[in-house]
Amino acid sequence: MRNSWMLALMIAASLPAYPAEVGLVKVLHGSVTIQRGEERIAAAVGTPVQASDVIVTGADGAAGITFSDNSLVSVGPASVFAIDKYAFDTTTYAGEFQGTLSKGRLAAVSGKMVQQTPESMKIRTPSAIMGVRGTEFVVQVDEPVTQRP
Amino acid sequence: MGRLAAALIAAALAAGCASQPVTPALFAVLPAPDGHIGTIVVEHDGDKHAIHAKYGAEQLRADGTLHPETLTEADVNARFGATLAALPLPPATFILYFLPDSDELTGASKNELEHVFAEIQRRPLPDIVVIGHTDTIGARRYNDRLSLARAERMREMMVERGIPADRIQARGRGERELLVRTADEVREPRNRRVEINVR
Repeated sequence: MRNSWMLALMIAASLPAYPAEVGLVKVLHGSVTIQRGEERIAAAVGTPVQASDVIVTGADGAAGITFSDNSLVSVGPASVFAIDKYAFDTTTYAGEFQGTLSKGRLAAVSGKMVQQTPESMKIRTPSAIMGVRGTEFVVQVDEPVTQRP
Repeated sequence: MGRLAAALIAAALAAGCASQPVTPALFAVLPAPDGHIGTIVVEHDGDKHAIHAKYGAEQLRADGTLHPETLTEADVNARFGATLAALPLPPATFILYFLPDSDELTGASKNELEHVFAEIQRRPLPDIVVIGHTDTIGARRYNDRLSLARAERMREMMVERGIPADRIQARGRGERELLVRTADEVREPRNRRVEINVR
């Protein structure tokens, strides 16, 4: 019994701490929360970002994230940005980055995967989809209009 | 499926789309720091517009139409100032050179060290990868060790400057990645180097 516990601990210790880490919070202003499934994590400089995380910023908040392909993304104040999909092969530079800005503002600089495969990075808003061929761009989602004009 | 059923489904889908409220959005291309102008492609309801201009933009309006626009730098700063202020610094790459068969930097590269340290210290949480290389003088296995020694030496210098050791990876590539392609057993100062990638 004791031995099997030890073995389990040794296996756990040998696994990488963040198996699904795709990026890192590098810049943080104000309050920013990362929603990861049921978990809500207060973001800090150095917090790892995983595929399927949702970045939620307060009215005074903003977060800058560097992804493993060198894509840079900043999520502005009062925004919600979901990383729907992120994959990057560091050898071939092939990859896929899909995100959804459902609210607020975003600025980004595309990285190696877009250089390799144009439009491998896509940003959705509630009513549109954008393919990125390069390099630096901004997106703003306005309040939804409830009544059609 | 009958023709009528298909027509009914198509009508229902069309009605569904039409009743879906459109959330307005704005998409714009910014000039990169080096002046490069990129391209983005905005698509709404099968309507596809490419933007390839400095501060070129597309606005998706509440009525579901896309409108091309040109913003000004002031527009962009007013709308996106706080967002752009949070954009991480772009990655930087440096190459420093070494004396022959040594982990000692050349005089010129020693002078450049301050510049490298300054760039690292601008970043609150740097990720640094140092890759050592050699020229083709000597055996491959010897050069593997020499290249790693160069990278490790660089890492030590960074740690001495207060850069946390766990943020720095040091690797050696021996004579496998020549900057200047040469035959075997050729002295080439430009191949005796470390490449430093900072994120």
